[in-house]
Amino acid sequence: MAEMLSGADMLVRALQDEGVEYLFGYPGGAALHIYDAIFKQQKVEHILVRHEQAAAHMADGYARATGRPGVVLVTSGPGATNTITGIATAHMDSTPIVVISGQVPTDQLGTDAFQETDMVGVSRPVVKHSFLVRNAAEIPMAVKKAFYIAASGRPGPVVIDVPKDATDPNAKFEYAYPKDVAMRSYNPVAHGHSGQIRAAVKLLLAAKRPVIYSGGGVVQGDAAEALTAIARRLDYPVTNTLMGLGGFPGTDRRFLGMLGLHGTFEANLAMHHADVIFAVGARFDDRVTNNPAKFCPSAKFIHLDVDPASISKIIPADIPIVGAAAPALTGMLGRLETELERNPDAIDRDAIDAWWRRIDGWRGRFGLDHDQRARGDAPLLPQQVVQAVYRATRGEAYVTADVGQHQMFAAQYYLFDEPRRWINSGGLGTMGFGLPAAMGAQFAFPDAQVVCVTGEGSFMMNMQELSTCMQYALPIKIINLNNQALGMVKQWQDMQYGGRHSHSTYKDALPDFVALAASFGHAGFRVDTLPELEAVVAEIFSDKYKDRLVFLDAWIDPDEHVYPMAIKGGAMNEMVLTRNGGPAPPP
Amino acid sequence: MSARRIIAVLLENEAGALSRIIGLFAQRNYNIESLTVAPTEDETLSRLTLTTCGDESTIEQVTKQLNKLIEVVKVVDLTDGDHIERELMLVKVRAEGAQRPEIKRVADIFRGQIVDLTPDAYTVQLTGPSEKLDAFIRAIGRAAVLEVARSGVSGIGRGDAMMRL
Repeated sequence: MAEMLSGADMLVRALQDEGVEYLFGYPGGAALHIYDAIFKQQKVEHILVRHEQAAAHMADGYARATGRPGVVLVTSGPGATNTITGIATAHMDSTPIVVISGQVPTDQLGTDAFQETDMVGVSRPVVKHSFLVRNAAEIPMAVKKAFYIAASGRPGPVVIDVPKDATDPNAKFEYAYPKDVAMRSYNPVAHGHSGQIRAAVKLLLAAKRPVIYSGGGVVQGDAAEALTAIARRLDYPVTNTLMGLGGFPGTDRRFLGMLGLHGTFEANLAMHHADVIFAVGARFDDRVTNNPAKFCPSAKFIHLDVDPASISKIIPADIPIVGAAAPALTGMLGRLETELERNPDAIDRDAIDAWWRRIDGWRGRFGLDHDQRARGDAPLLPQQVVQAVYRATRGEAYVTADVGQHQMFAAQYYLFDEPRRWINSGGLGTMGFGLPAAMGAQFAFPDAQVVCVTGEGSFMMNMQELSTCMQYALPIKIINLNNQALGMVKQWQDMQYGGRHSHSTYKDALPDFVALAASFGHAGFRVDTLPELEAVVAEIFSDKYKDRLVFLDAWIDPDEHVYPMAIKGGAMNEMVLTRNGGPAPPP
Repeated sequence: MSARRIIAVLLENEAGALSRIIGLFAQRNYNIESLTVAPTEDETLSRLTLTTCGDESTIEQVTKQLNKLIEVVKVVDLTDGDHIERELMLVKVRAEGAQRPEIKRVADIFRGQIVDLTPDAYTVQLTGPSEKLDAFIRAIGRAAVLEVARSGVSGIGRGDAMMRL
């Protein structure tokens, strides 16, 4: 005889059957039947957050670090709406999370009941899909479909809104968790079209000035290995988007660094002068292309993406390939080997060598440390802090970031050799993401080194989670690049608004972060000079603090800008390299 | 080149599916000129016809984004091939004294039917492509038109072309 369970028990049981480890959540009236069901079991561990937005970011951080969906449980009304920023963040960066929200009982729907919000409606523009459960019997299939949709194809957030009466502990139903799910309206493409792959390989082999431009799709699609194999086999240069860092080893000499608005000189120039650009799992975001009309004037584009709507959306593709990155790239690698076996001289080595000489020339003259060198004996610079953290963690940490200058410095100066180590809000640009995302990664990998690089502005948007870190003893290392201002806003005001710092500073109103950390039982340090930096960073990452959260308040030069910076409305070869240097000579 | 397009969509006949389509158009700044929707002979499916306009790349994005919606089963741009489009209009027209036979004549010319009347007005029912309905209103004269209810465009491919699963 089938097992009889209440809706609340079915929901929790379905999460168990889905293999969920953690639920990041916050209880409230409409979710209380579910919370009671959680209380009666041990398999799924519930993490009590301090704010629902942070729960969504934790689930997101967990998903990005592991590749498995992160799960959120909140109550109706404000509990649900507080997750929206987190859902939108996951949506923009295509990460799989499942958000379960309590809802008022079905007979009160639409009556403006206490803590009622149309969660399916409010979340609609920022989810991949959503379900409103109409009765308890629908719960197992809704959960099954939610996880399937969240994690397959181009991943994304899925909401399950559960009215309280559907979780009534006294109404019991037969429970069976569906083994498979088939949906006639949803069949994500896996392998790329073989004819397109053949054409792409042919174009790649004929290239004289190629660049591989890879994005978050390579990281999320577990395709870093295949991409790396292709790039190394061809000996072609690779650049990564902000979302794609770690998709190709950051310490490989073929890596040009990040491209785009704050991309490296060599990456942006290589793109601009390329004759063939192979875009993989990247979506030609405006922070990459700058002015699409001036974008890479001599390039032909191969565009591989799991989402057909991303292809030719901004830049028309010469060879579009719809497919998941890993199987499509593996198919390409096979095709490449066949071609090279047939014709070992298929690649024009002289042209590629000449291309590398040009790129290395750009790298040598205006590489990333150009601005630092230009600054001379400045006060403590944010780049130096990131570099010290990189050395102390041997480049192996999971690094999360918030949004702003510190995010760019971390992306530029921490070299990621592995995918899923760099976790940041690229698309939505959500301040307050860093700490909860780090918590999600730390829950996923309790023994790993997890670092949150943040700024005091972003950190203060979700600093209540220091309490959650205390409750669950999370040994995260928070590196606060403190410039006593909203640095990126201030930089734009310096560069485009005549230095009028409209509402971007608060320097007499900052807390004592060391004392703040201590009040939550954490360790705090402060550093403001370069000579002290190395020793403090070494101590933080020593065994002494292995099991503790440490907050490093690094007081950096408040006037530092992020460079290079693309010139607004320009082509990719138009950028500013130093504060006083003006635009770089476009070679 | 911005052109008018008629797009037919088969979608799961589920609560909330329609709101996702309308939301998509609002969210992505696509324009909807008209939209009709009703269940099909297969009660699990609804068929929706919408008219929109945009250049080729916009329309390509519209169809791709529609296809991405989980509840959308099939999308066809009917304007890609030969097709039939029809719209239904119910229009209340001022018709007094000497105007009455004139209105009747114009309705006949447009193959309209008078489906209701009062001493002062006729209600005319018309079907056809949207331009024909526009032309009727111009012929009657805007001043005589008291109220208009239009269904929006419905469309289907000509010949053997069939939109099914």
